[in-house]
Amino acid sequence: MSSSIESIIDQSEHRNILSRIMNVQIFWVFLAAVLACVALSLYTDTFATDRNLFNVARNFAFVGIMAIGMTAVIASGGIDLSVGSIVVLTAVVVSTFMADGYSFWLSAIIGLGAAMLVGAFNGILIAYAGMPAFVVTLGSLSIARSLALVVSDNKMIWEFGPDNDLFLWIGGGSTFGLPHPLYALTVIAIIAALMSRWSRWGQYTFAIGGNEHAAVLTGIPVKRLKVGIYMFSALTAGIAGILMAGWLGSVTTNLGQSMELTVIAAAVIGGANLAGGEGNALGAVVGALLIEVIRNSLVLLHIDPFWQNTFVGSAIIIAVAFDRFRRMRTSS
Amino acid sequence: MSRLKLTGIAKEFGAIHALDDVSLDIKPGEVLGLMGDNGAGKSTLVKIVAGNFAPTRGEIRIDDEPVHFHNPRDAQLAGIEVVYQDLALCDNMTAASNVYLGREPRRRVLGVNVIDYAQMRARSSELFAQLKSETRPRDLVRRMSGGQRQAVAIARTLLSKPKIVLMDEPTAAISVRQVAEVLDLIRRLRDQGISVVLISHRMPDVFSVCDRIAVLRRGTLVASKNTHASSPEEVTGLITGAIEAA
Ligand SMILES: Nc1ncnc2c1ncn2[C@@H]1O[C@H](COP(=O)(O)OP(=O)(O)OP(=O)(O)O)[C@@H](O)[C@H]1O
Ligand SMILES: [Mg+2]
Repeated sequence: MSSSIESIIDQSEHRNILSRIMNVQIFWVFLAAVLACVALSLYTDTFATDRNLFNVARNFAFVGIMAIGMTAVIASGGIDLSVGSIVVLTAVVVSTFMADGYSFWLSAIIGLGAAMLVGAFNGILIAYAGMPAFVVTLGSLSIARSLALVVSDNKMIWEFGPDNDLFLWIGGGSTFGLPHPLYALTVIAIIAALMSRWSRWGQYTFAIGGNEHAAVLTGIPVKRLKVGIYMFSALTAGIAGILMAGWLGSVTTNLGQSMELTVIAAAVIGGANLAGGEGNALGAVVGALLIEVIRNSLVLLHIDPFWQNTFVGSAIIIAVAFDRFRRMRTSS
Repeated sequence: MSRLKLTGIAKEFGAIHALDDVSLDIKPGEVLGLMGDNGAGKSTLVKIVAGNFAPTRGEIRIDDEPVHFHNPRDAQLAGIEVVYQDLALCDNMTAASNVYLGREPRRRVLGVNVIDYAQMRARSSELFAQLKSETRPRDLVRRMSGGQRQAVAIARTLLSKPKIVLMDEPTAAISVRQVAEVLDLIRRLRDQGISVVLISHRMPDVFSVCDRIAVLRRGTLVASKNTHASSPEEVTGLITGAIEAA
């Protein structure tokens, strides 16, 4: 008897797979991005060129990589405003070491270590001292960028020592026609998507965001995990920083400035819930893609770039409004 | 032999004396009703036994061995399971994930450990059937009724084979039929030799399943006596303070 009820439930779940897909925010965001691409290909002859698509793929990868880290933070009920500053700090540290003659790989490890130190600083103050994430990461937004100024003495760095060419190739080069940052994004997105569903860490991140008190009561090591989550976010920012520096071929201290807002926007458009408990690594990637397509289309359509953030801002509000509307329908 | 023995337990939150010199003794298979007014310290006592707080003073023994819990996991490993007053559920997760929260089973796929959702769903489904609850493992807790949520919190305690189950007002939000199921469940646990501490404000529930009743008043234990040697009137007097102690 009960098994037949089970099987009916199972069947109805399979029958509704289409409606379940349509219930996911990233489906609609992805659809919007695809439609925008199709429209741009039809109305401009500049969009669907190899050169432009290559640029779009590379540009959205930086934000996409960081949005994956941000999504983990947001899903745990937090926020990380320091990522833009971690980008510049990592880039400055790596390039300074390389300019001093150290190899790329050693410099990269030191740079990512510096990034994760900032993440650990954030996480420890938030998890162990119980300070609000907004305040702590707002503080380290200032601190990390200021440290980057100190380390670089506010000078542009554009010579990267013996591994100079390797550095430029890693950030700015391509393999099989695809820009390297896109490979980094793909690997990080796949790992994050698998972890969030199939590992305990991933599930605990959602548990903390859903009901932190319950997570503590059931014995989940909430504090340690939170530190790990902020370190992961910082790591993604550090990786993006290295790739951006290699692509640009020079590091200036305004690198990554106000990038945290675009990154948070990508995560939210991709379905991360600022109230905690929800978020999706693939959504973050799709959100970043939509933002880059909007940006690119304004350029190609010769629309005043001052309008850019009006469109990005509208995309955030529409995505969230859409989600509210969908929820109201399913709950009534 | 006693299953759980508390000696001189005290808990202070700053200037608040939530518990003062509480001593209790529970035998295997015994059902103890713990009663008291709001703020009497019942939940605090549960959280101390469950490893959420360390007591300010006093000793906890399980099977006559002193234990020191640093976190809820330690208490779980010692065989203590809890239904918390606020249920401690994550609304954004499924029933099965909540039942297994903090101890997800895993299986190896291509050399890595992944969460075994199939096992979680199958076992949760069995537990819900055992509790006669119409709760489906895949449903999000957010969309559940009060009774279904309670079933999820109770199912959690049945995952391992516990020695002691602490239930902090498990029947507060549920229907008459479901209350009867919970009381039946408590009897079944008792028959398996599991000790149960039932916190409830509902006199009939306590008198129908408990072997013994303990009363806390403003952090002190004012009575601990056999159910059939007491009466609802006496217990009410003890809770309110009309009767000093018994
Ligand atoms: N974490 C805490 N910090 C400070 N005070 C606390 C804390 N937890 C409980 N208390 C205080 O301890 C006292 C006992 O609270 P407790 O929750 O144990 O009462 P209770 O008997 O479970 O009441 P109720 O029937 O309302 O659930 C109260 O005065 C409460 O304010
Ligand atoms: Mg209580």
